[in-house]
Amino acid sequence: MDLKPLFEPQSMAVFGVSSSNDRHPANEIFNKNRLRYPVRVYGVNPRGGTLNGETIYRGISEIPEQVDLAVIAVRADLVPEVLSGCIEAQARCAAIISGGFKEVGRQDLQDRITDMAREAALPFVGPNCLGIYVPSHVDTFFLPSERMVKPLIGNVSFVSQSGGILVDHLIKFAQEGIGLSKAVSIGNKALIGELDLLAFLSDDPATRVIAFYVEGFGRNEGREFVLKAGACGKPVIVLKSGKSPGGSRAVSSHTASLAGDYASFSAALSQYGIVEAKNDLELVSFCESLSAYPKPIEGRVGIVSVSGGHGAMAVDACALQGIQVPTLTESVQEQLRKGLNPSAQGIASLTNPIDLTGSGVDDDFVNTAKTLFSLDEIDCVLALLLPYIPGITSDLGAKLSSVAKQYGKPLIAYVPRVDKYDMLIEGLELNGSPVSPSIEGAVLMVEALRRNRPC
Amino acid sequence: MLESRPEILSLIETSQEYGWVLEPDAKRVFSLAGLEVPRFTVAKTLDEAILFAQATGYPVVAKVVSPRIVHKSDVGGVVAGIPDDKHLSEVFRRFQVMDGFLGVLVEEMVPGIELIAGAKIDLQFGPMILLGMGGTGVEIYRDVCLKMAPLAARDVEGMITGLKAHKLLEGYRGAEPVSKEKLTETLISFSSLVMALEDRIESIDINPLFCSSSRCVAADARIMLKKRA
Repeated sequence: MDLKPLFEPQSMAVFGVSSSNDRHPANEIFNKNRLRYPVRVYGVNPRGGTLNGETIYRGISEIPEQVDLAVIAVRADLVPEVLSGCIEAQARCAAIISGGFKEVGRQDLQDRITDMAREAALPFVGPNCLGIYVPSHVDTFFLPSERMVKPLIGNVSFVSQSGGILVDHLIKFAQEGIGLSKAVSIGNKALIGELDLLAFLSDDPATRVIAFYVEGFGRNEGREFVLKAGACGKPVIVLKSGKSPGGSRAVSSHTASLAGDYASFSAALSQYGIVEAKNDLELVSFCESLSAYPKPIEGRVGIVSVSGGHGAMAVDACALQGIQVPTLTESVQEQLRKGLNPSAQGIASLTNPIDLTGSGVDDDFVNTAKTLFSLDEIDCVLALLLPYIPGITSDLGAKLSSVAKQYGKPLIAYVPRVDKYDMLIEGLELNGSPVSPSIEGAVLMVEALRRNRPC
Repeated sequence: MLESRPEILSLIETSQEYGWVLEPDAKRVFSLAGLEVPRFTVAKTLDEAILFAQATGYPVVAKVVSPRIVHKSDVGGVVAGIPDDKHLSEVFRRFQVMDGFLGVLVEEMVPGIELIAGAKIDLQFGPMILLGMGGTGVEIYRDVCLKMAPLAARDVEGMITGLKAHKLLEGYRGAEPVSKEKLTETLISFSSLVMALEDRIESIDINPLFCSSSRCVAADARIMLKKRA
C-alpha cells in the first residue's frame, strides 16, 4: 500500500463541489488547496458548471491526468459510485470525508466501499473523517483556513480517530511551538488504520515522533501495534480515551477483573516503551520534548532556578513521577560556587535543586548548566527561568541551548508564557530545547524521556 | 511449543462441557506445563481421604470437587489447616452433600507468601499475564502487574519490582525472601502454557500461588474456558 500520494499529492480531485452552495464542505477543500497548496486541484460534480471561474468536471474520467488523491465529500449513499469511478480512473489514494457509515449503523455501506477499495488496492482514509493535513503540501480539512490555527512545520506526526481532538491539538502545538509534520484524521478507519500509518510514518524521514489518539483497537490489533511501535525506532506516544469500563460486566475470575481493558492497554504500552499520555497536557508536553530528544534517559535531573519555591515545586513534581533529583557532593558544590558572580556566590543554595537567587545573572546559569551536564549522575537539566529577575536577559535561552548541544544532554525549561518573554523562549525552542509554560509541564517533558523505553 | 500439549488439550477437551476445568484436572494441566502443585489426591471415600492425609502428614487442606461449584470459598467448600482425622471426617461429610459432589481434593499445606498469578485473553492485546499480591484482599488492594505474554525473564523481573509490596518478597524485616529464580521459572512456564491454550481459554487464576525461598506452588487453579461458537 503506497500512502505517499495521500500526503504529497501532485493532483487532487474534490468530489461534491457545488456551483450553487458555496458553503458545501467540498468547496472549502477545493478553494484552500487551489489557493495555497502546490497541488493541481479539480472539482467534480455530475451537474458540471463552474466554481470561481474554474470548470467543474462531470466525472473523474474527464480530468486530464491521473489523480493522486481523491477527496470524497458527497452523501454517503453516493460514495460507492464515486469510488467505483476513482477505481476505474486509477486514482492512487482517497480520503472519504463523508459521514453516514458505521457510526450511524450503516456497517453494510462501509463494508461495501471497503471491499471495493481493498480489491482494487486503492487505499483510503475514513470515512467520517477530516482526512489529511500536511503543512505546505495538502489540506483536506473542510475547516475554513482563517479558522484553523496552524503549528510550524516540524517533525511530529499525529494520527487521530477523532477529527476534533486532532484540530484541537494543532492549536496546542501552535501555542507551544511544536512543529507538525503530518496530521491524519482516520475517522471510522475502515481501511487505513493505526497500523498502516505507523508503518508509513516509521519510514518517513520527515517524522521523528509519532503521536496517536486512540479510542480502541480491533481484535489482537493492539498486540500488533505495540510490537511494531516498540520496534520502530521512533518515539511513539498514545493518548487513549474510553478508560472507564462501560457498565459492569460479570467477570468470572480475579484476573479478568484486575486486568480490565484499560489496565491491559496501559500495561502493554509501557512493556514496549510506548509512551502513554494520560491527558492532553501530557500529550503536548511529551510531543514537545520527544521531538527534541528522541533518546531515552534514566531520569536523574539537575534543577536550576533563581527561586527556591520554583525548585521545591519542581522537586515535588519529580517525586510524584519517580524522577530522581540527586544530591550534589561538596566538591561539585564548590565547583558550582566558583562559577557564580560575587553577589550570588555567598547566598546561592547549591544542593540540588540549585537556587541562584535574585542576584543570579545569565552567566551563572550558563556555568551551572555546564557543571551539571558534565556530571555522570545527572542525565537531564531542568532550568526554571524567570525573566522578571533583572540579571536575566533575552539572550539566555539561546545561550543555554548552545550549552546543552555541546554536552549532548537534554535541557528542558520552564518560562512563563507571555509575549514579552518570546525572544527568550524562542532562543530555547528554535534551538531544540523544549519550553513549558508550567513547572508541571516541564517535569512531564522530563518524564516523557524517561518513559520512552521498555519497563 | 509445549511438548505435553496433546495431553493438556485432552484434559481441556473433557472439561469443555462444564465451561471450566475442575481443580484436579487444572492441577494436572499445570504439572504437565512444568508448574509445581501441592501433593494431592481426589478422595471419593472418607477412607481414601484419611489414608492420604496420614501419609502426607497433617495439617492438610480439603476442597470440594464439583462441576457446579466454580467459587468454592463462597459456599464453604475450602477448609485449610485440618489438624486430624476427626476434623477431616467432619469436613468430608459436609462436602458430600454439596451440589454436584464428585469427591474431596485433599492436599498438603504449602508455606510461603500468598501471591496471585493469572492470565486473560484480551480482545485487543491477546494473552496477558498478571502477577500480584494474593489473599482475600486481592481485589481491594489491587497490587498487580500486567504484561503481554509470552514473557521473558526480564519481563518477570519488571513485574516483581513493579509491585508496590515487592519489598515483602525480598525478605522484609528478617523474613525469608521469595526465590526469584523459582518465581521467574514459574511465570515463564505459565506464560508458555497460556500461549499454547490461547484459543481455548478465557482466563486462568492461580490464587493463591505460595512462594517461599525454595518453592513456588500453585495451590489453587481455575481455568475458565472459551465458549464454543
